[in-house]
Amino acid sequence: MTVSLPNDAFQQTDRGETVTADALTAAMVRVTRPRWKRMLAQVSRFWLLAVFIVVWQLVSTYGQRINPQLDVMLPPPTAVLSAAQDLMARHVLMTHILDSLRRVLVAVGVAALLGVPLGLAMGWFDRFQAVVDPVIEFIRPIPPLAWIPLSILWFGIGDAQIEYIIFLAAFFPIVLNSMAGARDTDRYLVRAGLSLGARPHDLLFTVLLPGALPNIFTGLRIGLGIGWMALVAGELVAAPSGLGYLINNARTIFRSDYILLGMVLIGVLGLILDYVMRQLMRISMPWHRAV
Amino acid sequence: MAQVDVAHISKVHVSAKGEPLLALRDVSFHVENHEFFSIVGPSGCGKTTLLNILAGFEQPTRGEARIDAERITRPGWERAVVFQEYALFPWYTVIENVRYGLRRKRLPEAEQIRLVKHYIGLVDLTGFETRYPSELSGGMRQRVSIARALAVNPLLLLMDEPFASLDIQTREYMQDELLKIWQRERPTVIFITHSIDEAIKLSDRVAIMTPRPGRIAEIKTVDSLRPRDLTNPALVRLATEVRSWLRQQVFETSPVA
Repeated sequence: MTVSLPNDAFQQTDRGETVTADALTAAMVRVTRPRWKRMLAQVSRFWLLAVFIVVWQLVSTYGQRINPQLDVMLPPPTAVLSAAQDLMARHVLMTHILDSLRRVLVAVGVAALLGVPLGLAMGWFDRFQAVVDPVIEFIRPIPPLAWIPLSILWFGIGDAQIEYIIFLAAFFPIVLNSMAGARDTDRYLVRAGLSLGARPHDLLFTVLLPGALPNIFTGLRIGLGIGWMALVAGELVAAPSGLGYLINNARTIFRSDYILLGMVLIGVLGLILDYVMRQLMRISMPWHRAV
Repeated sequence: MAQVDVAHISKVHVSAKGEPLLALRDVSFHVENHEFFSIVGPSGCGKTTLLNILAGFEQPTRGEARIDAERITRPGWERAVVFQEYALFPWYTVIENVRYGLRRKRLPEAEQIRLVKHYIGLVDLTGFETRYPSELSGGMRQRVSIARALAVNPLLLLMDEPFASLDIQTREYMQDELLKIWQRERPTVIFITHSIDEAIKLSDRVAIMTPRPGRIAEIKTVDSLRPRDLTNPALVRLATEVRSWLRQQVFETSPVA
């Protein structure tokens, strides 16, 4: 007996057109768009941002006719740009950027070095978690800002004090996400490993760590983001340089264009750092891409 | 390969409410070298608990399990396990999954590669070596899992409803493949299933377990040549016998049915 397939039925689209093999091939070609079209699609994502910048420019320049104080209250993007040129000409802008970047990366790096193992241990060993959790939950709600006076007493004035403030901001999301990652470990993978002759330290590197990696990366991304947000607080009191210093210093001399420049740079650099983290995540977890 | 002795094993679980729950009651049996031994029973009869004890994941409350006279106290490669949900490492390719146990055994590099190649070929997955588990179908994943278990050259292969989450066509195909592999490599196999047909098709002997508390009620010998035709009258009779017997057991112990 032969089975006759309802050919017509599944070769028709929902609009009732009959699809021939050629049309299917054409559709497949259409699905894989040329490279320039894909790049255009990427760029076109930013149209709302462009509108935002244009509106800002218009509000600042034309708003000044109604309210002259707007000149100081909200300088236009062009003023921010010329502030950037001004600082570049004096060779200080790069120093501010690099000093801030270095402090954030050092602080978040230390937070990761301490926070990831602590979080994994808490997620893996229930009894350890039970003891450590109250300590973490007690310190976590204290805002980094509140640590500034003590941190100056402890670390004096300099990078260490600033990095300590950023560290405090980044540490807890890293610990808690690493903990969640270890907690999610698939029990069957642990058993599979053990029944294939794995020793405890084998399980750490072949089951626990790769399994927790997505959560670890989430923690690092959040930690980096919050650490970056804490930069201004870190550089509030006793910094000789940096984007936070730029903002605080501009406040005392009433240069709101410098303030906005500092804010914009923090925003843009934060975006770039997160992009780098996402790429790192993609590269280090090839099995996540493969579906 | 190995002989397995299970002697008077009982297991008490503690329920979520903290009440003790008798999962296994006085289970004893002996499995011969090279034997394909199945355990069938309704769900919740403690089949998986029994397998976990043989694998070393759980300890019996009473009694003991021995493999080649050595008492089982913890997991080890000499008792490799094939899980129902495959339990492949999602972050490793097919090669690295199959190689996992060989690395832990610290075999020489060349030997590892030779064995990986052999077992990937044995389960017919040549050409898929660099795929991740997420890129494979259910049947292919289970074949990787079987290759991974066989590659360490275990004394005993423990299989916990390995084909239960596969569709019927794939399941039958996998049963045939498993038989071929078993006939070629001759490992001792303890195979857990709730499918009577599957047990009869594959096994030398079939142990029937009662619902909780799990007890071995009877052990049937299937002495028909493989590959077996399940429409063979003798096998049909055996299956019917087991089925009606199990049904009776369920009726007797379950107040609802």
